[in-house]
Amino acid sequence: MSELLAVLREWRAAIERWLPPWWSRALAVLLIGFGLLLPQLFSNASNFVNTEILSLTYVMFALGLNIVVGFAGLLDLGYVAFFALGSYAFGWLGSGFFYKASVHILVHGPTNSLPGIHLNFVLILICAGLLTAFAGAIIGVPTLRLRGDYIAIVTLAFGEIVRVIALNGPQIKVFGMPLTGGELGISGTDPPYLPGIGMFSQLDIRPWYYVIFALVLLTLFVNIRVRDSRLGRAWIALREDEVAAVSMGIPLVKTKLLAYALGAAFGGIAGAFLGAYTTLIDAGEFQFGFSIFVLSMVILGGLGSIWGVVLGALLLANINYYLIPDVLNSLPGDFGLNFNLNELQVSIFGFLLVLVMVLRPQGLIPERRRKLELTEGIGELELEEPGTAWSAVEPGEAAP
Amino acid sequence: MEAGSLAPKAASAAGHPALVAIRRFAGKWGLIAALAALPVYYTIHDLVSGYPAFVNGHATTVHDLSYIGTNLFQGISNGAIWALIAIGYTLVYGIIELINFAHGDVFMIGSLTAAGFWAGIGLTLATGTFGVIFGLAAALIVSMLVCGALNVLIERVGYRPLRNAPKLAPLITAVGFSFILQNVGLLWIGGSPAGVTDLIRGNDIVFSISGVAIHRRDVLAIGITVPLVILLTWFVGRTRMGRAMRATAQDPEAARLMGINVDTTISLTFLIGGALAGAAGLIYALYETTISYLQGFEAGLIAFTAAVMGGIGNIQGAVLGGLIIGVIQQICDSRSPPFGPQWTPVIVFGYLIVIMVLRPRGLLGEETREAG
Repeated sequence: MSELLAVLREWRAAIERWLPPWWSRALAVLLIGFGLLLPQLFSNASNFVNTEILSLTYVMFALGLNIVVGFAGLLDLGYVAFFALGSYAFGWLGSGFFYKASVHILVHGPTNSLPGIHLNFVLILICAGLLTAFAGAIIGVPTLRLRGDYIAIVTLAFGEIVRVIALNGPQIKVFGMPLTGGELGISGTDPPYLPGIGMFSQLDIRPWYYVIFALVLLTLFVNIRVRDSRLGRAWIALREDEVAAVSMGIPLVKTKLLAYALGAAFGGIAGAFLGAYTTLIDAGEFQFGFSIFVLSMVILGGLGSIWGVVLGALLLANINYYLIPDVLNSLPGDFGLNFNLNELQVSIFGFLLVLVMVLRPQGLIPERRRKLELTEGIGELELEEPGTAWSAVEPGEAAP
Repeated sequence: MEAGSLAPKAASAAGHPALVAIRRFAGKWGLIAALAALPVYYTIHDLVSGYPAFVNGHATTVHDLSYIGTNLFQGISNGAIWALIAIGYTLVYGIIELINFAHGDVFMIGSLTAAGFWAGIGLTLATGTFGVIFGLAAALIVSMLVCGALNVLIERVGYRPLRNAPKLAPLITAVGFSFILQNVGLLWIGGSPAGVTDLIRGNDIVFSISGVAIHRRDVLAIGITVPLVILLTWFVGRTRMGRAMRATAQDPEAARLMGINVDTTISLTFLIGGALAGAAGLIYALYETTISYLQGFEAGLIAFTAAVMGGIGNIQGAVLGGLIIGVIQQICDSRSPPFGPQWTPVIVFGYLIVIMVLRPRGLLGEETREAG
């Protein structure tokens, strides 16, 4: 095993020597081009493009959670709260749900004459981001004194509280109107309208794809810039050693709350987009399982590693929404076996999680700094000369 | 370790002296006040304004303590189940600092095993008293063994290879195993909740003390939980292996140097935790008389909350947390309005947040690296 890995590392080093230094930028441009071209290769209502829209939304969720968990090291198990709030922001501001109000801002066509609050799609996305950023900061306050798994349990509690309030929302009255649609959901949401594209519809899903693609690019840009900024370095310093970081003059409260707020904002915007895309804001969706699903993407891809998280999210979302239900489902039949793979869907997903984590505990594309921590002491050697020191000790079997 | 334990002192030293004093005061009394608020409020409420009840077929208002007494007692018997599951969380967390997400689902498998076992050996309502007692004892042993073995297996396959991995990696394998076990449960009993034969006629009243009825199922829950908790406390506190467990929890490296086989000790911890979850599974099946493949998730969440509430890593704390959550749940469930079962999770988790804010180390926990 270790010999095989050593050989693989030598190959990788050889390839890296052979590639020109600008290869990673070229790859990024190629990938963006490929992403832009992708929906044109499929029909305008194809299931595959639908899956990719969901996957990209999950990329955005995962990148948001990565700020909190990966950069700042605050384990957040209640991320579903921001998905819910973002979705409800869309439901509240972009449908006739608050039927007694009559607000119309920059909306198009017949929507202008409908009762309720109707805002322009872009405005709603901004409002969702602001609302969830605020909520994220509030949720962050009680966790300021806590560390590690205790933060996890408080955020989990907030996630569950938001879920239960969403479920029982019809019993809560705001100005005589129910707060949420409960299990029936908020339906009849406005189709987004953007100048140049027109009214979005479920029959042609390509515009949706391009909107979420643009949002993901924006998220990526912000993530990369923030990671390399003063704030990003402060997060990483807090993650590594809180006491040392604070004594170096990093403002603890502000830095931590900014991590919560920024991570939550991306979750909220993605949630609002998903609410618009599915046209139904249903309280049954805001389960704890969602938080775990997104967290799995972050950890599987590599905590704190932006490209790892993107890869992890794309992989898991595609496996869950496309590979297992659509592609693998016919497999047993092809081999003449008489069982339905759908019944094993959850198992397969769980098995993959276990397998990947046992084989590659540091994640698919580990962050460079984390890699150093993992190998404790022998790490420096490895980073300086890839391919030489690795054959000696593997992180999994590091002798105690 | 030392740098970490400095942090809370540094944090609490900051700020205005008055603020520090208020925080100290709140930390000491605020929690007790918060926990006592619901029972005390309803005790006074029942005595002063009374509660509606049927006496001899007539609807009247009664002013006594039997309603709140019933709430408290049923809360305790229900909380006994959470306590058994919470011990599993607290043991595992104490020894390897892992939130064992699969634990709730091990408990679910325990319920399914027990119910499947007594259906398999043909226990029905017609079986005699001794038959039921022996059958249930056998089912208890079987479900404890199955769950213990399952937990050990999960540790061996999923957590041991990740002993030196980043802290969050085993969390994800735990989630993976949780999914796998849920799928096993789904294939076993199907998607909808399944009924369980009420072998002990759980709703029969054994006796009642001043209006508080004690049902057979309460006797079962408390009668199994109390001996198990006493046995466990003795085992951890008095035996050689228990000492090895405590040593490993404190410092695995030093324990290894002292000649303790750390891997075996961790396996033993998982065995005990799993066995207790199996016992809880059997009690739950008889107590609720319905089992479902999703029960483990919710029970796991509640039990983990109980473990954190009591101070994670502390066995007595887990039991106390379980009982408190049971009581809060019963009060919220039965007092509708203003509460009602649909709001119970909000109240329970609200309490959790309040406890974390006022006393992050939990009710009985010691100061640790993680909580100030």
